[in-house]
Amino acid sequence: MNMHTLQSAPATRPALLQRAADFPILSRPVHGKRLAYLDNGATTQKPDAVIEAERDFYRHSNANIHRGVHWLSQHATELYDTARTSVQGLLNAASADEIVFTRGTTEAINLVAQSWGRPRLTVGDEILVTHMEHHSNIVPWQLLCEQTGAVLKVVPVEINGELDMLAFDGLLGERTRLVAITHVSNALGTVLPVAELTAKAHAAGAVVLVDGAQAVAHTTVDVQAIGCDFYAFSGHKLYGPTGIGALYGRRALLDAMPPWQGGGDMIRTVAFEHTTFAPSPQRFEAGTPNIAGAVGLGAAIEYVRGIGLERIAAHEHALLEQATAALADIRGLRLVGTAANKAGILSFLVDGIHPHDLGTILDSEGVAIRAGHHCAMPLMTRLGIPGTARASFALYNSPADIDALVAAIHKAQRMFGTRGA
Amino acid sequence: MNDKDDMLRELYQEVIFDHNRSPRNYRPMTGANRHADGHNPLCGDQLTVYLQVSDGIVHDASFVGHGCAISTASASLMTEAIKGRPLAEVEALFRDFHALLTAARDEPGPQRDFGKLAALAGVREFPARVKCATLAWHTLHNALTGEASTAHTE
Repeated sequence: MNMHTLQSAPATRPALLQRAADFPILSRPVHGKRLAYLDNGATTQKPDAVIEAERDFYRHSNANIHRGVHWLSQHATELYDTARTSVQGLLNAASADEIVFTRGTTEAINLVAQSWGRPRLTVGDEILVTHMEHHSNIVPWQLLCEQTGAVLKVVPVEINGELDMLAFDGLLGERTRLVAITHVSNALGTVLPVAELTAKAHAAGAVVLVDGAQAVAHTTVDVQAIGCDFYAFSGHKLYGPTGIGALYGRRALLDAMPPWQGGGDMIRTVAFEHTTFAPSPQRFEAGTPNIAGAVGLGAAIEYVRGIGLERIAAHEHALLEQATAALADIRGLRLVGTAANKAGILSFLVDGIHPHDLGTILDSEGVAIRAGHHCAMPLMTRLGIPGTARASFALYNSPADIDALVAAIHKAQRMFGTRGA
Repeated sequence: MNDKDDMLRELYQEVIFDHNRSPRNYRPMTGANRHADGHNPLCGDQLTVYLQVSDGIVHDASFVGHGCAISTASASLMTEAIKGRPLAEVEALFRDFHALLTAARDEPGPQRDFGKLAALAGVREFPARVKCATLAWHTLHNALTGEASTAHTE
């Protein structure tokens, strides 16, 4: 991962991106203040390119796909297929047929649980997850375990937010059928060594799913280099629309998986005696899909690739370093999650101020952060805290946003009468 | 200063900070004959409300737990407000207090003297925080009605 090598890069600062003007919402004030949007781990804002792509689709290209002989339907189908090719390019999948459109990461993981897992797993089989997973990479496996009698095993996390690699090795066994791991922790920003973990899992005969929700917008992803079998992500965390995401699945696996939802668009022939199914990816896309969403996602991917994901990663890493130093200077502030290899996510606690009070006061200064457990309740329990305040960066953030964050934290400390720097 | 700062000062009044720093009646109660747990999974706020009730009167009230300033102050102020009160008054106060926090901006809200509890009225300008202020009260309600399940403000 390139953000790792940047840490040891010479003192020359990478040039920061200046792309905030591409995002119309960033020019709107909030409570009369300049908006410092630092809740990108929850969702990112959308550039004009994405907003226009969806608008243009409905104004010029809207029709249903795969079924019309008329020109407009063929045009819409082409746009939808082009978006799939954009996803293939983003992830460096070997073929566009390995890309299944879904509503997002959550649906992609559920698809794998129900279509790959349910017919295959049996009593005593093991699914390995880490203690820092988002609920969406825990609960689908719990449901699968209830359905099949499989057992969920959890790899512990060190107090600094790194994965306990020795424990991973120890938990990986001959009963392990699936390893489901996050690429980047949404709560702590830890970047997991997914290629290394995948190689170990494969050596043990397990299939690997990587939750890429927090990774795709912030670093280059190459599913062939990682070697994973499944990779899931959401469009809305990648500057794209909500309600669209994708699952990458290795061709041989997808081809062997039954449908998980039935309906139109996923069949070859239907008769009451016997129905045959379309090949993947159509087999997994029952019903009219989110066509405009896919087109918007395609536009988002072309937008970030146009800038360059390595430049985006360098930009965000520079902001992360700057923010880490600025926050570490605040008396009474504790960073939560200090792994050596981190993406642009900063979780923290301020003495005497609950994260929710902090969130409300920061909001009054136009600083948008997330406060709470970040859909990672087991991780919070492990760390012995009810939740954290979290600032997460995107390509449009700037040092001014960090200044606003720091000033707003000082305001909260003044209001609460706790000692500020 | 802007409107939001005014609202923020309405929300975080000195009495809120005071009760957050030094919550009143913050103790488990050995002689309690009613108690209930409250949990707000979204915030992680968690508390237990203890009551000593006899002859239709709340003789003693206390709580333990952890949460944000709004939730801690609300629980603390609540225990002060209900001690020594008849059950019917406590239930009426619960209803009125809830109405106070959830009334639409252009509605007058319930007409009564809320005493120190009025300090929490500023919460109504922060819809995301209403659940913080009401958690203790829903827990109280469960303790009084004998509902065994944990109170949630979700």
